[in-house]
Order: sequence, then structure tokens, then C-alpha cells
Amino acid sequence: MNTMHALHEDLRGSGMALRMHYPALINPGWARRWPGFVVLAGLLGIYAIGLVVLEISPARIVNGLWRLADIVGMMLPPDPQTWSRFVIYLNALGQTLAIAFLGTLVAAILALPIGFLAARNVVASRILRLLTRRSLDTLRSVDTLIWALIWINVVGLGPFAGALAIMSSDFGAFGKLMSEAIEAADNKPVEGVLSVGGGKFDGVWFAILPQVLPVFASQILYYFESNTRSATIIGIVGAGGIGLQLSEQIRILEWQQVSFLILMVLVTVAVIDQVSARLRSAIIGRRR
Amino acid sequence: MHRLVPTPPEAQLAPLLNAYAGAIAAKRRQMVMGGAVLLMAVWIAAIGAEVDPVTWWNKLGNFFSYFDRLLTLDTGARVWTDPLEWFWGLKRWLRLLVETILIAYVGTLTGALIAFAACFAASRNLMPNGFWRGVVKRGLEFCRTVPEIVFALIFVASFGLGAFAGVLAVVIHTAGSLGKLFSEVVENIDMRPVEGAASTGGSWFAQVRFGALPQVLSNFASYGLLRFEINVRSAAVLGFVGAGGIGEDLITAIRKFYYADVSAMLLLVVLTVMTIDTLSTRLRHRLLAMENRT
Repeated sequence: MNTMHALHEDLRGSGMALRMHYPALINPGWARRWPGFVVLAGLLGIYAIGLVVLEISPARIVNGLWRLADIVGMMLPPDPQTWSRFVIYLNALGQTLAIAFLGTLVAAILALPIGFLAARNVVASRILRLLTRRSLDTLRSVDTLIWALIWINVVGLGPFAGALAIMSSDFGAFGKLMSEAIEAADNKPVEGVLSVGGGKFDGVWFAILPQVLPVFASQILYYFESNTRSATIIGIVGAGGIGLQLSEQIRILEWQQVSFLILMVLVTVAVIDQVSARLRSAIIGRRR
Repeated sequence: MHRLVPTPPEAQLAPLLNAYAGAIAAKRRQMVMGGAVLLMAVWIAAIGAEVDPVTWWNKLGNFFSYFDRLLTLDTGARVWTDPLEWFWGLKRWLRLLVETILIAYVGTLTGALIAFAACFAASRNLMPNGFWRGVVKRGLEFCRTVPEIVFALIFVASFGLGAFAGVLAVVIHTAGSLGKLFSEVVENIDMRPVEGAASTGGSWFAQVRFGALPQVLSNFASYGLLRFEINVRSAAVLGFVGAGGIGEDLITAIRKFYYADVSAMLLLVVLTVMTIDTLSTRLRHRLLAMENRT
């Protein structure tokens, strides 16, 4: 008992000693703390301004929540009501998958050569590289929905416009990813090819391409996953797929149908995620 | 000829060469099979998506002339010859842009706070109770799988038209995706500080506060910034369904063929998104450097 007490005292004593030895660590004065507080105050200040500008008030939140609870109540249970509707929805879902698949694939194929054009270790011309990069950035920063609206003006309403929209915005993303993968590639195989008398093209074909293809393949799968999600919504602006049905049903307030459609989307996305995770680990595993 | 590397005798070499040829053939067969499956999938998808290369080719001119029209004023002159006329609505558009950024900001911060509260309960090392961890994880998954704009549609129906519905949609989606990323960061921390806090009798909150939090904060901030970038992009289109921001004016202009307005607004959106991307990338690199230093 006595030893316990002594130990306790000892610990407390050492605590005091610690405090005296490292005052800056245990109690960093105002001088070290003020930048953190300023940042925090700034963040909260903008937040408060945002709440005011966007007219968010507790009354609106409470009122809306009641309505939301009402709607959620009306959504249950999810029910397509008739078989023919269910078939229509399944068709739309297939269309969504087709849009995502085609858009991703075509974007990837088109982006492959462009990626080389934007990579530092392949293209020496700085101007060409910067130009390619900027255009890719521009493509990327226009949202898929906006692309869908533009393509609808060109090829008319329907899933084809959707596939083209996914292709356009993904083209930018793939080009960037591809060029980064190429820049990260090991340069020693290229030197090897060059040292045995291969040309510049041989260097790219035999030394860089085998290195980047597995990375690229797994990125394509990843984008296919995320594009399935985007493809579910481009129908909202009229570019085909299940989004068209979804926005229609929300507009006419058929909440049971809405929840059923959301459920279909969730299940599909989960299945695609599973499949593509398997495929991705297989691809990456083969590389090792 | 004198060989530097001795070749094994023919009898010994033949099976090896055969095996090699077999392996190559098998690989080639696999490639052909894979290619065939891929082509089949493309074929089916093309039918499903009503792909029509002929229309596309015939109307491709439309695509380029669309951009041509985008860059033409009502007077018929090119847009850049008269910037004042081109950006006639600059004041209104800037206000809407600010609204868009604020939707993204308020949404990201609120969503990040929710994700922050949820992530410790969703990570294996700090929440040993499998049931509650599963509940939190499934909840986050639901929040991030349902597309933002679908939430926006539902919230517009319940909260009315306007920015508030957009903010809520961003909040939900951000909470879902950041919650996942945050909990992955937490699962990768060094557990020794947490054990240290536990061994001195610290409560669960003390363990998280003093053991886990200092390790993850800079990563969290970095992910939060990345999410903010993404949210600015999506907030720009939330207006398409009436959830506030510049999207409302943009879709009206596109639908009513106000070409010069469309290009002006698109330019503003692209510039804003790029600026925010650049700024936040810089900040993130700094944050990561800060973490490496400590």
C-alpha cells in the first residue's frame, strides 16, 4: 500500500517535472496558437455568411423535415405496382449500364494517345504539353450533365447523347491520369530499349506501355464504377437511362416508384462495385 | 560459330521449347477470347444505348456549329469583340456563382463535421463492436451511393425550391463519402498512442482525442479540401433541378438557346472551378508537407 502511494507520488512528481521541462509542448502559449484560431474564426465566419446568404433558418429546417418525413413515409414500401413498369425500369437500367460502359471505354481508347502527348518524359515540347493539359482540364471541369445538354442539342434526346456526354467528361480525366501514370513509369526499361538500338517509338511501345497498361486498366474499371452512378442521373436532363424514369416519378410524386427506382440503382451499383473490385485486384495481382 | 552461352542438347531443349510455345499459345488464346467478349459487350451496349454512328456523323457538324453559335453574339459578331455585351449579366452571374460556392462550402463543412463524428465509430480499430460499426458503415454507404442530384430532387420537393435543398444534398453526399475516407485514415493510424491513453485510464473519448486525433487531422483537412473542389463542380449543376446556384440560369439559357449567355456562364464556371482546384491543391500539398515534418 505504501509502495503504491509512493509510486503515485512519484508519478505526480514526474508529471510536474515533465511540465517544467517541456512547457512549450504541454502548454503552447498564445504565440503558437493564434494562427489556428484565426483560421478557425475565418472558417466559421464564412459559414455564418453562407447560412445568411442561403437563407437557412431553423424554422425552415424544422418545417422541411416534417415534409421530408411525410415523403419518406409515402415511399415505404418500395413498389413498382405493375410488372410492365418493372420491365420498363429494367430496360432503363440496362440502358444506363450501356451508357456507362460505352462512354468509359471510348473515352479510355481516345485518351491513351493524348496521355502520351501530355507526359513530360515522352513529349519534349513544353508548349504542346501545356496546351494538351489545359484542354484536358477544360474538358474535365465541365460537368457530365452540361455535356449531356450540349450533346442533346447535337444528336437529339436519348441515351446516345448520354454516352457521348460521359465520354467527353471522362476523356479529360483519363488523359490526365494517363499522363501521370506515364510520368511515374520507370525510365530504365526505356533506356534498355534505346541502348539496343530501338527508336523512340519502340521505347514507348515496349518499355512504357507495358508498365502503364495495368494501372490504366484498373483506373478504367474504377471510372466505370463511378460512371454507372453518373449515368443514373443524366436521364434527368433527358439523356436516357433510369434517371429519366426517376425524375419523371418524382415530378408526378409517385413516391413508392421513386424508392423502388433508388433501390434498383443501389443494388446495381453495389453489384458493379463488387465485380470491378474483384477484377481490379486480379489485374493488379497479375502485375506483381 | 563459337557460342558464349552453352546451349543444352537438342533432346533436352525440345520439351522446353514446346512448353514455351504452349504457354505463348495459351496466352494468345486468352487474349483472343477476352477480345471477343469485349466486342460482344460493346455490341450489346451499343444497341442498348441506341448508338447510331450514321446520325452521329451526319450531325457532327452540329456539334462544331454549336460551339460556333456559342461564340457568337445576337448581333452576329464574335463574342470577344464586345465583352461588355457578352457579359451583360455579369453582376447577376457573379452573385449566383458566389451562391454556388457557398452551397459547396456550407455543404462540405457540415458534411465533414458529420463524417468526423461518424468516422471513429465506423473504423475497426476504435469501434470493436461489430453491430454498431456495421450500422454506421451502411448508413454512410447509403448516403454516398444515392446520387447527389436525386437527393436534391427529393429535397426540392420537401424543402421547396432554392439553395437550401442543394446544401442538404451536398451535406448528405459529403458525409457519406468523407465518412468512408476518414474511417480509412483512422484505420491506418499508429495504435500505440491510443493504447497509451487507454493504459493511463483514459475514456474512449480521451483515447480518440489524444491518441487518434492528432495523427489524422491534417489528412482529414486534405480530404475535406478535395471534397470541396468536387462539391463546387456538383453545386454548379444542382440548379438544373431547382436547387440553387448558377445551374438554374445555365439550364434556362441552354434550353432557350441564349448562346452567348451559355458560353459566358460556362467560362465563369470553368474559371472558378480551375481557380479553386489550383488553390486547394496548393493548400493540400502544404498540409501533407506539414504532416511529413512532424
